[in-house]
Amino acid sequence: MTTAEPTEAVTGVPFTLNGTELVAEEGELLIDACDRNGVHIPRFCYHNRMKPVGMCRMCLVEVDTGRGKALQPSCMLPVTPEMKVETESEATKKAQDGVLELLLANHPLDCPVCDKGGECPLQDNAYAFGPGETRFVEEKRHFKKPIPISDLVKLDRERCILCDRCTRFASDVAGDPLIHFIDRGSQTQVNTFPDHPFSSYFSGNTVQICPVGALTAEPYRFKARPWDLEAVESTATVDSTGARVVLQSSQNEIVRVLGVDSDAVNWSWLSDKERFSYEATAKGDRIEQPLVKNEETGMLEATRWNNAAKKVGAALRVEPDRIAAVGGARMPLEGQYAWAKLLKGVVGTDHVDAQLDDGLPGPLVLGLPRATINDACKPGGVVVTIGADLKEELPTLFLRLRHAVVEDGVKLIELTSTATHLSDFATVRFDVTPGSVGQFATAIAKQAGADLDFDVADESGLVEAQADKVAAAAALLDGSVPVTIIVGRGNLAESPRFTSDAVGIFRRLNDDFQFMPALRRGNINGALEMGLVPGFTPGGVQRESAQLDTWPDVPDFDGMDTKEIFRAAAEGRIDTLLLLAANPLQDFLDEDLVRRALANVKTVIAVDGISTETTDLADVVLPAALFGEVDGTFVNLEGRLSPLRAKVTPPSQARPDWMIPAELAIVLGVELGFTTIDELHSELSEVLPSFADIDWDTLGSSDDGPVLKLNRSWNIEFGKPAAAPPATSAFRLVATRKLWDQGTMVQESPSLASLPSEAAIHLNPDDIERHGFVGDSVTVRIGDQTHTIPLTSDVRVNPTTASIPVCLPGFDARTLITGRSTTAVEIRPNGTT
Amino acid sequence: MSRLTPENVEVAKEIIARYPRPKSALIPLLHLAQEQDGYVADDAMEHLAELVGITPAEVLGTCSFYEMFKREPVGKYMINVCTNISCQLLGGEELLHHAEKTLGIRPGGTTDDGLFTLEDVECIAACTEAPCLQVNYRYKYKLDNADFDAMIEDLRTTNKDNIPPHGTLAEQRQHIPADKLAGIGSPEDTTTPEWFSKRLPVEEPKEENA
Ligand code: SF4
Ligand code: FES
Ligand code: FES
Repeated sequence: MTTAEPTEAVTGVPFTLNGTELVAEEGELLIDACDRNGVHIPRFCYHNRMKPVGMCRMCLVEVDTGRGKALQPSCMLPVTPEMKVETESEATKKAQDGVLELLLANHPLDCPVCDKGGECPLQDNAYAFGPGETRFVEEKRHFKKPIPISDLVKLDRERCILCDRCTRFASDVAGDPLIHFIDRGSQTQVNTFPDHPFSSYFSGNTVQICPVGALTAEPYRFKARPWDLEAVESTATVDSTGARVVLQSSQNEIVRVLGVDSDAVNWSWLSDKERFSYEATAKGDRIEQPLVKNEETGMLEATRWNNAAKKVGAALRVEPDRIAAVGGARMPLEGQYAWAKLLKGVVGTDHVDAQLDDGLPGPLVLGLPRATINDACKPGGVVVTIGADLKEELPTLFLRLRHAVVEDGVKLIELTSTATHLSDFATVRFDVTPGSVGQFATAIAKQAGADLDFDVADESGLVEAQADKVAAAAALLDGSVPVTIIVGRGNLAESPRFTSDAVGIFRRLNDDFQFMPALRRGNINGALEMGLVPGFTPGGVQRESAQLDTWPDVPDFDGMDTKEIFRAAAEGRIDTLLLLAANPLQDFLDEDLVRRALANVKTVIAVDGISTETTDLADVVLPAALFGEVDGTFVNLEGRLSPLRAKVTPPSQARPDWMIPAELAIVLGVELGFTTIDELHSELSEVLPSFADIDWDTLGSSDDGPVLKLNRSWNIEFGKPAAAPPATSAFRLVATRKLWDQGTMVQESPSLASLPSEAAIHLNPDDIERHGFVGDSVTVRIGDQTHTIPLTSDVRVNPTTASIPVCLPGFDARTLITGRSTTAVEIRPNGTT
Repeated sequence: MSRLTPENVEVAKEIIARYPRPKSALIPLLHLAQEQDGYVADDAMEHLAELVGITPAEVLGTCSFYEMFKREPVGKYMINVCTNISCQLLGGEELLHHAEKTLGIRPGGTTDDGLFTLEDVECIAACTEAPCLQVNYRYKYKLDNADFDAMIEDLRTTNKDNIPPHGTLAEQRQHIPADKLAGIGSPEDTTTPEWFSKRLPVEEPKEENA
């Protein structure tokens, strides 16, 4: 965290601040140097994570650089040697007085009804530095009171002091310049273009940084007053970035989430999903009591924990090989460990998988040397992205990377399935058709000097056609600068095999390359680390080599992954299926298989906080507490351990995840070995070397949280990459995810539920023209089925590929995915078959 | 109301090519849009945003900074009456009142026939010729009420000074070949104008009207 601790730069620029001799860093802005030395200069427009503009003049101070004293905006002025600065002088005070009087001339006296009242920099500065009285008797300027500038944000232009923070954020940080200063002089206002709302994934940040009450967020408007709020620092769990947040509650309900300026992670920024999906916990369709299916009516009925636990206990007393569990990425680390211990250590099954076949192979993720976000974003380095558009899947990481590439000159090589929101800034961007990423990696690695015993298999000539780019990428990867490879699952209609192949080749090119798994599900890295993956026990240890003194047992067979589990279940080879906060009917690519699996399993046990189409079909439902209701920890994609904190109480009988397996163990006649979360933490520190030195009590309270040492001693063997599929006249399918989708957290948050757009098939405009597609839909044929799907022209889609997001309203794109290594679809003009 | 016509898209592309970055061409493109429609329509701004690769909000931000880009339809003739100090002392206000009465509109308004929009403006740098006004930014000096009425009558009928409709930047344009951009080469090297403003029949330049 960046806090204003007075520290002294060792070498640097000597200057005098209010008579005290100090040293500033080379190029440091005066306002920052003062902050660092404990002298606060009032400000409105300056924000330490954005470029200064000198817009508001609130930060004027008296500066003498040897040519006499003058008032200068300290946010625009780098400290120069022997500069003498007065922040308390008469002239400075008069300037502050004047600036505030002018700012207030047009500011309405709304404070009693303004959401910002009580935490408003304008109020605070007016009080601390202002004249106290106005001489302005004329009419203030008037605008229509708040106008919506997006579905989530309202703007009151009368309150705006034109500091340019929101607009700078939109254009410079988010890259979504959809709000702008419009008009001139006294009519200047922030606004959107008519009918082009500020629909940025990051819009909520503007509300957080607006120094007045001009921008307000719909979910929080008039919900609470700042002095009534209770707050606790926690970590966002909607994706694996693990942005640091503050949860604020009023009357035992979370009403607001703010970003914390964590230097290592999110720099105070949040995506709107991280910021607003807390609504789901308070307003979602919560499961409040244990439910058991009434055998006669087939309906789920509320029961007592004891009953439900007994029922689950009975279902866990079958052959371990006939018990399987899917999910667990949503839970805190403690729940994951407790479930792993119950399932693998007590029950003895290894059929446990936290991923729903939409990520990357567990062993791959667990076996790669990890980069931190700061490693990846360090100026001078190179980042390679394989996989998806990070803006859609890990938006806060996207902001960090965008800053690194756009502002700090980090070089970007994109091997993504479609162009991304960073492609315009990429040094090299490849047109990678599905199934060919391994071949591109081979070509690059060979050119960069890797010793590979196989050649590029490039029958379609795709790699050859981009030989220049291969050469450019190879030059960047020659090992002279640090390289981070961000690897995710960019295409759900393509086997992850191709991605692992590419990773393997980069691994072989240079041992020093570091990796970052761009998996989207919240605490997925914690889940993998805790062993919710077939073949592993906690700590990323392979099952055969597990040494867990506190565990009664470890499984004696290698388990199945989620897809195999559902297949086995559909064939009647599974008796008991646990769904750990998983909604596979919505989330797994083959919905039909899930339905057959659920129908053929004797006992389906769902552990979840919110009721879903999947929990509706379970035999036993156990209510779990959610985000903001329990203490715990979170492991982000760097391997950073950060705290999750409870701010409100869970509804009715819902329990923290870790307690549920502990209780079930007792039903089975065993003790898991912990009855409090502290005991669980001690056990983790005892059995897992990476957790040995963790100070659980102070975790993340004074720093950004420790990065666990996840690097494995074992090495994955990588061989020859799978051949790319041959050229075809059909389109290769790229199935992607969007930030706003039909997922539970979005759909159960009233303010977000309407944000997903309708599913459409995206084609490159050239392809649309070449094939003569007219109108707003096309006919798509796969196997013997045809579908009419809305069509969108999209320059981001590579030629000869068709991109479609899954999990959106309208057409269910999962029906197009065959489960083959790549998927080809025939597309015809609408109306033809 | 409208996007650029195909011919004007060609013009736009040529203008864009003159700049190292497409968005630097925004101001000349806004003029082009205003020339086409007499004002800068919302659709035109969206079109310009597409052409130079920025958002419509950014186009609007630039466009709305300049008074002389009109974002609502205006009359064919925009009449700006100066009411700043020199003109005021010599009857500018009275001239404006007369204009209001004659045209039946207030400053900012447009006559029902769509011919005239009236505006009062600050000093237009012709103080020695006060009171003065502009019609589509062409000067008229030292007017009294009768002069004003005669001017309106002429604009309604013959338009003897051939004042082009509001928005017209020039009666003819110069075409600069690609290799002569950015001041390279002498003016003689530029070719004869290849294309002209789409709104006006081209006529011989008139004597200056002083
Ligand atoms: S709306 Fe707020 S952040 Fe935006 S310019 Fe106005 S005062 Fe600044
Ligand atoms: S904070 Fe320096 S000018 Fe606004
Ligand atoms: S005052 Fe009218 S032109 Fe200067």
